Amino acid sequence: MKFLVCISNVPDTTTKINFTENNTHFNTSGVQFILNPYDELSIARAVELSEGGKGEITILHVGEIGSEPTIRKALALGADNAVRINANPKDAYYVAHQIAHFCKQNAFDILFFGRESIDYNGAQVCGMVAEILGIPSVSIAKKLDLDGSKALIEREIEGGKEILEVQIPFALSSTEGLAEAKIPNMRGIMSARTKPLTVLEPISVPDFESIISFESPKPRGLVKLVKSDDAESLISLLHSEAKVI
Amino acid sequence: MPILVFVEQTDGKFKKSAFEAVSFGFSLSKILKETLSVLSIGKVDKANLEELGRYGAERVLTVQTDSLHQFVNQAYASLIAQVADQIHASQVIMSNSFSAKGMAPRVAVKLKAAYAEAVVGLPEIGTEGMVVKRGVFSGKAFVFEKLLSEKTVITLAPNSFGLVENPVSIQIEEISPNLSPTDYGTLVKDIIRNTEKISLPDAERVVSAGRGMKGPENWKMIEDLAEVLGAATACSKPVSDAGWRPHSEHVGQTGIAVSPNLYIAIGISGAIQHLAGVSSSKVIVVVNKDPEAPFFKVADYGIVGDAFEVVPKLIEAAKALKG
Repeated sequence: MKFLVCISNVPDTTTKINFTENNTHFNTSGVQFILNPYDELSIARAVELSEGGKGEITILHVGEIGSEPTIRKALALGADNAVRINANPKDAYYVAHQIAHFCKQNAFDILFFGRESIDYNGAQVCGMVAEILGIPSVSIAKKLDLDGSKALIEREIEGGKEILEVQIPFALSSTEGLAEAKIPNMRGIMSARTKPLTVLEPISVPDFESIISFESPKPRGLVKLVKSDDAESLISLLHSEAKVI
Repeated sequence: MPILVFVEQTDGKFKKSAFEAVSFGFSLSKILKETLSVLSIGKVDKANLEELGRYGAERVLTVQTDSLHQFVNQAYASLIAQVADQIHASQVIMSNSFSAKGMAPRVAVKLKAAYAEAVVGLPEIGTEGMVVKRGVFSGKAFVFEKLLSEKTVITLAPNSFGLVENPVSIQIEEISPNLSPTDYGTLVKDIIRNTEKISLPDAERVVSAGRGMKGPENWKMIEDLAEVLGAATACSKPVSDAGWRPHSEHVGQTGIAVSPNLYIAIGISGAIQHLAGVSSSKVIVVVNKDPEAPFFKVADYGIVGDAFEVVPKLIEAAKALKG
């Protein structure tokens, strides 16, 4: 089986987000970048499914040379080889077209994506790539099992889950539960240095969106403290003052 | 070029988020001076379809096909795009449900439309195009994005616009889908729904708890408080990682972002990743025995105290209020 795991390079979750140039650019100075947490789950599941030589895992990333440490981390987690499309991942539509173009030239059985990237939260690349390629897609998958030419997937729905059967090839986006994220071991890290990382040039894609500016959430006022031995008055405040119950 | 709103039904009924999408679509149609059409897929009876009229849906198109009653990703995407093409819709709108997240991007590709996910308010219409506001960095910021194509697909973040009644007389038209076998690439084997609980992503009130609860065996009081307040239950990442609560309850940067009217956080310190997931809550209440807990800095109301003493009092007071 050939698995393609598409990864994003995103700011570390502890990052305090702020903007420069009159709020038009994300301030990356001092920011640590990491592998998108959902993509770690994709790799972990792909590695489990590949055990015993049953699968080959290719990492695909649309990004500039600065992302290569993150690609090496993905390789250290057990992927076999990687491809970087040398371009700024400016919007989801652009990224989806790069990925789809690569997929058209290489036959993969399962395309893995994260349910969203924790920076722009678009949650769109999986569906877009699948539509361009004309294959099924399942978003927010928390369980994936293979059965010959089919897969059994659990996807998250409001207040529950749905169990689906999908024909291979298909795309899915990962969420918590799909696998446990692993920490790369020493052997993984060493071998990642020599695993193949090919760089390709992007195809031309029209612009569908442009970012005008960013805004930080409005800071809240000072907290109104209620004494713990008078906890009941919180309920009255929420009812008559805040009007939320 | 009309606005097309897709309303998702669950078991033949529409949830608040569907009516919110209609309210949003109606307001947008007034701004753009266009008409509004609403599309429903699945077996929904006339009485439920007529509810849509309360929020401004003058024209309702309904597909009552059996095989489409349960959500089928590709089939729904094809159908919505077909209807959008037939009525020459310029904007396609739907609520940002779990199903919409997987399906709306496919509609956008079919229509060659720009796609904006989880917008938090009406777009601004300028001479150069439509500008939408959406949450980014998992709740730590907002972005204003200009959509550069003639057609757009927009999903609306639940509980961001609210319900606006604009009652109109409604015209219902049943239409037949024109789909192909390739639209049915997925087959639903089973659906497991926990019908007693309020679903977290569209909840108006949330009661959330963290490691301060000390163990899963202590969660009954959290569930009791949630029940009396008509709230969904949620938790912090360490709690779901430890298996005390399901992953679907994990609120935070790598869980889900919620935007309820009320978020009560019990025994959660307020790490930056958790705060990211709750920043859109209208009112935040924090109960924690540590007065230095970072969560108090973003709280509207707070109690410094032992959750095991405070929460039972809150439950009693809430019951008295209800009674």
